[in-house]
Amino acid sequence: MPILRILLVRLLTTAITLAGVAVIVFFVIRVVPGNPIAMMLPPGATEEDIARLSALYGLDKPLIAQFGIWVSGVLQGDFGTSITTRQPVLDLVLGRLPATLELSIMALVMAMILGGAAALTGTRYRGGRTEGAIDVANGMALSVPDFLWGLVLILLFGVLVPVFHISGRVTPSLDLPFTTNFYLFESLLRLRFDLWADIVAHMFMPALALAIPLAAIIGQLLKQSLKETMNLDYVTLARTKGYGETRVILREALRNAALPTLTLVGVQFTFLIGGTVIIERLFSYEGLGNMAIDAVINRDLPLIQGIVILFAVIFTAVNLIVDLLYTVLNPRLRHG
Amino acid sequence: MAEAKPLDGRSLVRRRAGLRLWLSAGWLALLCAVALLAPWIAPKDPLAQDLFLGRLPPFWVQGAEPGYWLGTDSLGRDVLSRIIHGARVALTVALVAGTITCLVGASLGLIAGFLRGWVDLVISRLIDIWMAFPPVLFSILLIAVLGPGLLSIIIAIVVIDWTRFARVVRAEAMAQGAMDYVASARVAGRGRLGTMVREILPNVLPTIVVLLTLEMGIAVIVEAILSFVNLSISTDDPTWGGMISEGRTSVHQAWWVLVFPLITLFLTVLAFSQLGEGLKDRYDPVLR
Amino acid sequence: MSFLSIRNLSVRLKKGPSLLRRVSLDVAAGEVRGLVGESGAGKSMIGKAVLGILPPSIEVTGGEILLDGVDLLQLPPAQRRKRIGATCALIPQDPLTALNPSHRIGPQITDRLVDILGWTRPDAETRARELLAEVQIADPDRVLRSYPHELSGGMRQRILIASAFAAEPKLIVADEPTTALDVTVQKQILKLIAGMQARHNTALLFVTHDLGVVSKVCQKLSVLYAGMVVEDATVADFFAAPRHAYSAALLAATPKYTDPSAGLQPVPDAVIAAVQAEVAAFDKGLAHG
Repeated sequence: MPILRILLVRLLTTAITLAGVAVIVFFVIRVVPGNPIAMMLPPGATEEDIARLSALYGLDKPLIAQFGIWVSGVLQGDFGTSITTRQPVLDLVLGRLPATLELSIMALVMAMILGGAAALTGTRYRGGRTEGAIDVANGMALSVPDFLWGLVLILLFGVLVPVFHISGRVTPSLDLPFTTNFYLFESLLRLRFDLWADIVAHMFMPALALAIPLAAIIGQLLKQSLKETMNLDYVTLARTKGYGETRVILREALRNAALPTLTLVGVQFTFLIGGTVIIERLFSYEGLGNMAIDAVINRDLPLIQGIVILFAVIFTAVNLIVDLLYTVLNPRLRHG
Repeated sequence: MAEAKPLDGRSLVRRRAGLRLWLSAGWLALLCAVALLAPWIAPKDPLAQDLFLGRLPPFWVQGAEPGYWLGTDSLGRDVLSRIIHGARVALTVALVAGTITCLVGASLGLIAGFLRGWVDLVISRLIDIWMAFPPVLFSILLIAVLGPGLLSIIIAIVVIDWTRFARVVRAEAMAQGAMDYVASARVAGRGRLGTMVREILPNVLPTIVVLLTLEMGIAVIVEAILSFVNLSISTDDPTWGGMISEGRTSVHQAWWVLVFPLITLFLTVLAFSQLGEGLKDRYDPVLR
Repeated sequence: MSFLSIRNLSVRLKKGPSLLRRVSLDVAAGEVRGLVGESGAGKSMIGKAVLGILPPSIEVTGGEILLDGVDLLQLPPAQRRKRIGATCALIPQDPLTALNPSHRIGPQITDRLVDILGWTRPDAETRARELLAEVQIADPDRVLRSYPHELSGGMRQRILIASAFAAEPKLIVADEPTTALDVTVQKQILKLIAGMQARHNTALLFVTHDLGVVSKVCQKLSVLYAGMVVEDATVADFFAAPRHAYSAALLAATPKYTDPSAGLQPVPDAVIAAVQAEVAAFDKGLAHG
């Protein structure tokens, strides 16, 4: 019952948010100077050619009418046609989405591992030098955004000790047997570990750059929360039962401490996904973000619209999932 | 009962926090001085190209030319002079964009949090919508709309980042508004505006100052990112982001073109952020 | 030979004031000793020191805690933990916070049996069911599957008592086990603890500020003031004629169950001054020798 109610309210606000995003992105990009049609025609095209092509893309109608056409299309799953590639926007966007999703999820996993390890180590050795060192590292990681970490990583592991690839998603000369664009997952499923290793070597640095700030946030919040939990009565009671410190942290404190961290991590994960835009550009990674920047540079209006909407959908979906997860993981809410 | 003495650990943390505050402030002060005095202290003309002096390494590496301390880029422009001049753009953006964003965001947050009702409804909905945009893409889009240039960057930062202030200030104004001192001010006959400005604002101010410091760091990064995708101000003017963008493409041939602007940018962003964190630990009862 | 024997135990806040001043006391097997005193007198601290759960800001500066003849303070931490886990248990003060909200009740009773004492899981579960029946919980199977928030405070305290007795410990520390409960439930829980203690013949260190409770449950008691044992007596002797002026005053300040209408005397200032002087003299003695 409460889950259903939360879901309903959230779906409603989500719909309002998405509608707002659609309106803003549509009208903002119509103000972009530079005629996309003129850009795609060869030099020397006549006014008539431009007008004809504009009519083809519906760009000759009044703005409101254009908006109406676009929205009704979107509601039917038609996001229009890309001006530069003349392919359906939906196909283009969904073709790139797996790359960005894989990158984001890999970054999230890295952040959870790094941040979790930092929090657990800091709690285990709290009050000592180890905790101090972890706090300083966390502070640094948090202060500097993913873009700069990406550049630092390029210098360290791309130039100084070149162990990872600094551009692309996969070595271009490789023969890819994939039927989906989820290269990372599909290579595993097909047991092509050679390809998998190549893909990971490409993803490692962009994912790590995205992960570092989030890892610091997780590390800080979780450690704080763990330290508070460690003073609670049920933890003390567990100690009298004969459990060691590490066991007490993992078994008694971690789960309860992780809950409050979770909601904050949800919002932060959407920031991480937003960060993929520039990180993909930095590492020439063929994902949504990279395509988005190209679309802006080429004034490919339908494509821009499609990508922004997709990002908005992902963001709101992540927030929704986190809220539901919180409800499911918290026994008090589950039965309440 | 004997009085408990403050434990040693605490004062140590205090001292470290103080050091952090001074180091960050020192770096930023140095940067300001460099930016103001750029035309006089830069060893070379930052725009002067000399293809015969392209990709000179920094002074301690074999093949360096005297006078080009940190080497040159592929067009033979002096890296150090470009970093010094780049500080002007970076700091202008940080100060101007940061301050305007702060004013806009904090006012909206304060109004929403204190007045509640439909004003709050509208503003919170707007914040939600803004949060659903990927910020980097949004800023690139705005620059495409506004055209390149310093003013465009500042506008883009304000338009995108006002929510950072509005979110926190709104929540805080709400919390403060529920407190007894606000009620008693109203009972004592203060108007709504008066209560907001005279009673609530002073209590939220430390939070706002900390956020402002953090926002300045973010503004520097945003400018660098926009320069990086070649959408910042004109390509001739030296900016750190533009230098990084050039350095990124030639990193295997001339690492110094990337490394030095990157270090400068890194330290500057770190300094703004640590200044904010330091101020937060010291003065801000809310965010701490 | 007493099962628990504390000799000259001194404890203080790290680089701060003393919290326990050369505390000595014994608890024989199957015996119940009450620890009474005002809040801050250090009565809970003794229980915590025995169970090895003093907060990290507090250090033991001297003395011995002999458990079955072995000094716990001399054991390496891991061994000490094992030993305590196998022979001692705690009945905590607040049943609302002493159960882990994200685990079911079952594992919280059986965990020590399985993890520390090496029982098989089915054996431990059978044992848990028996114990719940013994603490008069009607539907053990349902309760074992419940989460703490689904149960009432009285119910949770019963579970904590059951859990404390699970491994047949030789010694249980009950840290004000009824303070957080409703008055109506308090009596039942007290009776339950006393009954369980008698049946299992467990030594019990009963921390309380309520002399009325002591008179019902304990055979011996130690009265504490500022971390110092000011009186160590059998309950019978104490209630007949307390020897120390402070304990006498404390007794006078306690409502009589036999005669609730009798006036209560607050502890007189003179008595406080006297006992504080005693503490000061003690500290001075420590400083000199």
